[in-house]
Parts: sequence; C-alpha cells; structure tokens
Amino acid sequence: MYALYAITGLALVISLIVNRQKTWQALKIAASRFINIAPRFLVMLILVSAVLFLIPDTIIANYLGIDNKYGAVLFGSVIGSVILMPGFIAFPLAGILLTKGVPYMVLSAFTTTLMMVGFLTYPVESQYLGRKVTIIRNTISFFIALVIAAMTGLFFGEIF
Amino acid sequence: MSRTSIATILTVSLYAIFLVVSWIIGFGPGQEIRHNFVSFTLDMLKILPCAFILIGLFEAWVKRETIERHFGEESGIRGYIWGVLLAGTTVGGLYVAFPVSYSLHSKGAKLGVIFTYLGASALCRAPMAIFEASFLGIKFTAIRLLVSLPLVIVTSMLLGKYLTKRGYKIAERK
Repeated sequence: MYALYAITGLALVISLIVNRQKTWQALKIAASRFINIAPRFLVMLILVSAVLFLIPDTIIANYLGIDNKYGAVLFGSVIGSVILMPGFIAFPLAGILLTKGVPYMVLSAFTTTLMMVGFLTYPVESQYLGRKVTIIRNTISFFIALVIAAMTGLFFGEIF
Repeated sequence: MSRTSIATILTVSLYAIFLVVSWIIGFGPGQEIRHNFVSFTLDMLKILPCAFILIGLFEAWVKRETIERHFGEESGIRGYIWGVLLAGTTVGGLYVAFPVSYSLHSKGAKLGVIFTYLGASALCRAPMAIFEASFLGIKFTAIRLLVSLPLVIVTSMLLGKYLTKRGYKIAERK
C-alpha cells in the first residue's frame, strides 16, 4: 500500500517539475473520471455490504466443508461468483479451511471465482464494458475457474 | 435524467434511510450492514484516488503511438505479455483494472490485450499471489497461475477478435 502512495507521489512531483500545465490537466482528468464512476462504486458498495451480511463467513465455511466434494466445488464457485471479499480475509479463511480438511480444488473454485467473477462488481464493470460484454466476460471467467479447480484437483490427487 | 441514474438515486436514498433508521432504533442487522459498508468504503478509498491520479497522469503524458506500438494491433504476442506484466503490478482488484483498461483502450490498446489484462489482474497480481501462496502453498498458486494464464490469453484473443470485428469499443457508458 505504501508503495502505491510513494509511486503516485513521486510521479506527481516529477510531472509537476517537468510541466505544470500537463499535471493540472492530468488531475482534471483524474477527478472527472472518478466523479463519473463514483455513483456506480457507491451502488456496488451498498450491494457488497448487504450481501456480506446475508452470507456471513461462517455459512460459507460450513458449505465449503461438506462431505460431497463435487457439491462443494459447485457451491464454492457459485458463492465465489456472487460475493466479493478482500484477499486479506479470503486467503486466511481458505488457509483455515485447508487445515480442517477442505480439498484444494474446493478452495481453488472458491478463491478463483471470488477474484475473477463479479456479480457485485456488475454496476462498475457494465459502465465500462457494457451489459453484454460484462456477461460474456464473467461467463468465460466462471468456466476458466472450473477448469482451474479441476486441474488443481488432478494435481493434488483429489478429483476421484 | 436516464432511468439508471434515477434507479441509482433511489437505491442510495433508500439505503441511507435504512441505515439512519436502524441506527436510531438500534436495529442489529442494519448496524452490521453499516459496518460492512464503512469498512469496504475505507478500503477502496485507500486505493482509488491514487489509481485515478495515475490514470490521469497516464492520459496526459503517454503518447498514443507508444501504446499502439506495445499494446495495439501491431504488437503481436508482445502485447499480451505486456498486458500480463502490467496486471502483475495492479493493486486492489478488478474494480481498479476497469478504469485502467478504459484508458489503455482509448489510447489504442487492442481488445484481446485488454481482456488479458483484466483476467490477469484478477488472478496474477504479484502481492496477492505471494499472500495466497503463504496460506495455501506454492504448489497451489503455481498450478493456478500456470493453468489460468494460457486460458485467459486464448479466450481473450478470441473474444477480442470477435468483438473487434463487430466494431465494439470500451467507453464510459451513460
């Protein structure tokens, strides 16, 4: 995180020294882009806050740990697509589930869809990509996640 | 005013009313949802201003020809490699990658590279991959990266070709 601040600050300072006018122009672009997309971000945050309440971590953990591992893969990929969770919560959770005996391929399905497929990012994504392409991109990503889960199962000897 | 913006205003006001009423009457679920909202918003506000400033600087300084040469139609396979490398340094997640991809595309990056960048910034961000490996093991992360990258690149190429033929553009839609 600090690296991001340092890089942004440095870039701004260099830009200011080289050309003040261009820097001003850059900041205007930054502000107008941000303001244009801000309402969509707000809607996304509202959805996230509500869905995280409706589907708490404990429920996710329970369902990922069910005995039927194919069912768990399916559940993991669907729930991973629907919710949005920052990595610093998702991976420690996955780590705990791993020690409780949840197969790697279930965790793979869950974490991969979590990052790649976004029901809740739809308001933001569709603003840029349009409705149709957003749906196509997410569908492709969902299947890529299933393939990754299957390969993970194969390499860890869990699939059969 | 468009239908979407009316829907947005309605959603936001209803949500705000819900939070305020929950706060007044001490409604538990409402408090929890507010807590979720605040923590997620703060999380994003740590990243988004920097991301948009960098996007602004990129738009002001980087020449269109440079992007066309390295990310555009003439870039060949190199464009995809650049897309993945750029994604490796992306922070936050897809929600940061969308505005970046819009800027790249408007400067002449081809669609296949854009979709590769989006897919890779979901899966191959360097700090996240290291974090993931520390919890799930290097083997797990290595499998995920090695299986996902070829799939992401190939599907992005196909999708890019298909959409380019149909004259599709990434834009800020209203």
